[in-house]
Amino acid sequence: MTITEEAPGHVGSRRLRKEDPALLTGEAKFIDDLALPGAIWVGVVRSTEAHANIVGIDGAAALAIDGVNEVLSGEDLAPLWGEGALPCAWPVTPDMKNPTHLPVARGTAKYVGDAVAVVLADSRYAAADGAAAVVVDYEPLPAVVEITDAVADGAPLVHADLDSNECYTWGLWGDNAPAVDAAFAEAAHVVSERYLQQRLIPAPMEPRGCAAVPSPAGGELTLYSATQIPHILKVMTAVVLGIGENKLRVVAPSVGGGFGCKLNVYAEEILCSALAMQRGAPVRWTEGRAEAAVSTIQGRGQVQHIELAADADGKVTAVRVKLLADMGAYLQLVTPGVPLLGGFLYHGCYDIGLYMFECTSVFTNRTPTDAYRGAGRPEATYAIERAMDSLAVSVGVSPEEIRARNFIGADAFPYESAAGLVFDSGDYQTVLDKAVALADVDGRRAEQAQRRASGSSKRIGVGFSSYVEMCGLAPSRVLASLDYGAGGWEAATVRISPTCKVQVVTGSTPHGQGHETCWSMIVADKLGVDPDDVEVLHSDTAVSPTGLDTYGSRSLAVGGTAVYMATEKVIDKARAIAAHQLEASEDDLEFSGGVFSVRGTPEAEVPLAGIAFAAFTAHDLPDGMEPNLEAHVTYDPPNFTFPNGTHIATVEVDTDTGDVDLIDYVAVDDCGVQINPLIVEGQVHGGILQGAAQALYEDAVYNSDGQLVSANLGDYLVPSAAEAPRFRLDSHATPSPTNPMGVKGVGEAGTIAAAPAVINAVVDALRDLGVTDVDMPASPQTVWRAIADAQGGAS
Amino acid sequence: MIPAAFDYEVAESVDHAISLLGEHGDDAKLLAGGHSLIPMMRYRLATPSVLVDVGRLDDLRYIRTGNGTVSIGALTRHSELEHSAALAEACPMLASVAALVGDPAVRHRGTLGGTIAHADPASDLPAAVLALGGTIVAQGPGGSREIAATDFFTGYFESVLADDEMITEVRVPAGSGGWNYQKFNRRAQDWAIVGVAVAGGGAGVSLVNMGSTPVRASGVEAAVAGGASAAEAAAVAADGLDPPDDLNADAEYRSHLARVLTERALNAAGVA
Repeated sequence: MTITEEAPGHVGSRRLRKEDPALLTGEAKFIDDLALPGAIWVGVVRSTEAHANIVGIDGAAALAIDGVNEVLSGEDLAPLWGEGALPCAWPVTPDMKNPTHLPVARGTAKYVGDAVAVVLADSRYAAADGAAAVVVDYEPLPAVVEITDAVADGAPLVHADLDSNECYTWGLWGDNAPAVDAAFAEAAHVVSERYLQQRLIPAPMEPRGCAAVPSPAGGELTLYSATQIPHILKVMTAVVLGIGENKLRVVAPSVGGGFGCKLNVYAEEILCSALAMQRGAPVRWTEGRAEAAVSTIQGRGQVQHIELAADADGKVTAVRVKLLADMGAYLQLVTPGVPLLGGFLYHGCYDIGLYMFECTSVFTNRTPTDAYRGAGRPEATYAIERAMDSLAVSVGVSPEEIRARNFIGADAFPYESAAGLVFDSGDYQTVLDKAVALADVDGRRAEQAQRRASGSSKRIGVGFSSYVEMCGLAPSRVLASLDYGAGGWEAATVRISPTCKVQVVTGSTPHGQGHETCWSMIVADKLGVDPDDVEVLHSDTAVSPTGLDTYGSRSLAVGGTAVYMATEKVIDKARAIAAHQLEASEDDLEFSGGVFSVRGTPEAEVPLAGIAFAAFTAHDLPDGMEPNLEAHVTYDPPNFTFPNGTHIATVEVDTDTGDVDLIDYVAVDDCGVQINPLIVEGQVHGGILQGAAQALYEDAVYNSDGQLVSANLGDYLVPSAAEAPRFRLDSHATPSPTNPMGVKGVGEAGTIAAAPAVINAVVDALRDLGVTDVDMPASPQTVWRAIADAQGGAS
Repeated sequence: MIPAAFDYEVAESVDHAISLLGEHGDDAKLLAGGHSLIPMMRYRLATPSVLVDVGRLDDLRYIRTGNGTVSIGALTRHSELEHSAALAEACPMLASVAALVGDPAVRHRGTLGGTIAHADPASDLPAAVLALGGTIVAQGPGGSREIAATDFFTGYFESVLADDEMITEVRVPAGSGGWNYQKFNRRAQDWAIVGVAVAGGGAGVSLVNMGSTPVRASGVEAAVAGGASAAEAAAVAADGLDPPDDLNADAEYRSHLARVLTERALNAAGVA
């Protein structure tokens, strides 16, 4: 039975978020709002060179500034971390190269933004003035900037102590090679495409920041950080600095978004913690927006080569993928694993025969990459969905027809994919059919034909993207097989107070999603209480000691399921007490609307409130039962969940200027059962715009010296609401059999789907002009040049 | 994103502002709406040691019409230009262009005098004033002077204003004639990648972000005056210019855009 069938009404409703009043009134406290009298402010001096020996650091001018107290180099700070270094938790191969990554560089700076010294000051302003005044003498070294440069013959080395810039090569099913070769030899149609995934700057509303507050008497430390992962950060900080976990508490205050970039253990967190322990005073740092562009991880950064073999009907018989992935200068927490998360999905939602995936990851003299909304899955979806359109052209059928011929059938679930996953549920064809109808594809095509015929400079294009992704990270044993350095479970405690209010403690760590609202709705429906009578505690390791935090659209499918199961466990205990009070058998009790009653004897009933109070007083509990009404569950999912959907973008391209106008966007998603459709729609809207941003706007542009040219939000074009298309959404839920609520996850779906839909639409608009590919971002200039090149030179 | 330290003075009057400028020399900058200056300070691209705040000089917030001229006080906000019924009637082009500057927050703070003094070649209103044949009134220690817009801009963020002068008023002829403004950008709130202002049915044509200053497209004006079609006139829009190269557009593409947008603007302004 799914929760929607038994729900009295909260789950499935468009309930407003309980988080919002505090956020909208400014009452919510973010990291920089914390008042910490006497705190030492850290200013970080960052390398202005992509690769250089640090010859000297002159802090005299900085120290002359009022309020600047110390200037410390990487050498000065080295004793703080001793043998410790910033952690990478995902050694994807035994021979993966993982260069020592110090919080502050010693000897050599490896990228623009690499910390090379720190200033300690009395205020944030003095810290900024001081950092700007430190003079660093660099001896420039040759820099490796582009991915392809890293693997070129004679390339300079990012790390002189390694014999190449290659970090690792990881493959899936390499023994398929002869069969795959044969499939390509026999194929009626072969598609071979090369795509570039530009680097992206995550740019959450709130940049990073942290504050470490020691309690010198007992040796304890509290680390406040704008992080998605207080629990993981606690373990890692304890390990890196050798602080007992019993002495360490990590708190994530209100966090203004992350998109994956706060799924990390950063230099500043380790630096502030170590300095606070050493100085016995609070030490804090708040990231600036311009600083964030180079000091926080970036996303994507891949060169993709995808090949499809298909028979005469366009049925795909083999998919072969080779990636070059940019790690940046160092490995952050899960940097090397990001391409692998996509590696399982380059065949998309298609029932293909054979699959080969290989990724070579390389070091470059650029900011490290790591997880960014979708983390590997947007890249995979982009490649397969672009390539499927090329196959459709080759076969001579429509984009929807080539997809229909290859979809995994609705009757095939659970479906074992060619990459070795077991997809839980789905009905891809119905989803696509709904999207086609909603987008009025036939009408758009008629308009497209008419405009082409009239020679209009405003071309219409319709682009498809059918996706499947993996959420609900993750079964711990599967993570073990991928050499990931943690489990994938989540923990929850549900307590009912003497007055029948409910306290939920969750290991999930919200940073904008709406966990408090959704967890309250789940619990309220199960217990028959009002969602406003449920409090949700989170994001503080002293309050919520066990948890694995929020990323990868895992919270609902794993953390929410833990909450659901803990609630059931509480109800089981309450039922035993109710049976005791009513002198009835537990099997004869019904629980509905917050009341236990004896089946067939409706006057024999006891409300949950009575049981809660009885559990509190413990005056009359069944023999051997512990007092209090609470339960704890740690849930390790048996499988991933597999959200899917079809998105259709419609664009109007001005062929005179190259300008692309996203005039309509239809998304039909299957994220399983929806707890709160309002929150689902918000996630899908934001996700689509973030994906469309990669397609049309955003690009972390480096020049040949390794300088980030698009280093501010005037040059790095994060789109605003004004650029958003009209979103028209529908859904088609196939409940996941993996968890009791049938939920799948939706935090990344829009981003995963949108980029190929938009670029496919742009190419569709221009295909009659000879355009077959447009690089991302499809800026007006890029589109104009693509048209000009296809027409045989600039117009 | 933390500006360098600076002192802050509030000007009580234009005379006071000018005397403060005289006192601090080129270390001082006038602060009006601040939406260009303060971002530059936060990036430490500008590090004035003194800010002289003229934003409270409300007697410089006005739009007056008469005798064929529209006179606008330098501290008039873009949003006031955008929503002024008097301006919509007397100079609809200026009201319309003001509505395209930045976003609502910028338009409620930014001032006409400020955007002209800032002399950013990518800004909308300087080019509009140029196409309209406007006049800039500036006051210094020695009194007021009138400067034709065509003589005002001298280079990137540079003008003929002396260190101790401030703009007090901008004048444009009433009636925009056949007019149009084409602004091409990627995000609604951005500066124009290229913009084209056409006033007086093609008698005044100026270009945004096609050089180090807002530029008068005199070749286009001459062609229109000589009876050329919009397409013929637009073909020379980028001639002789040295447009910038940036992430949005290189010089070749900018020149192409200038031609396309000039033709569109001329057409919309009534030039066949």
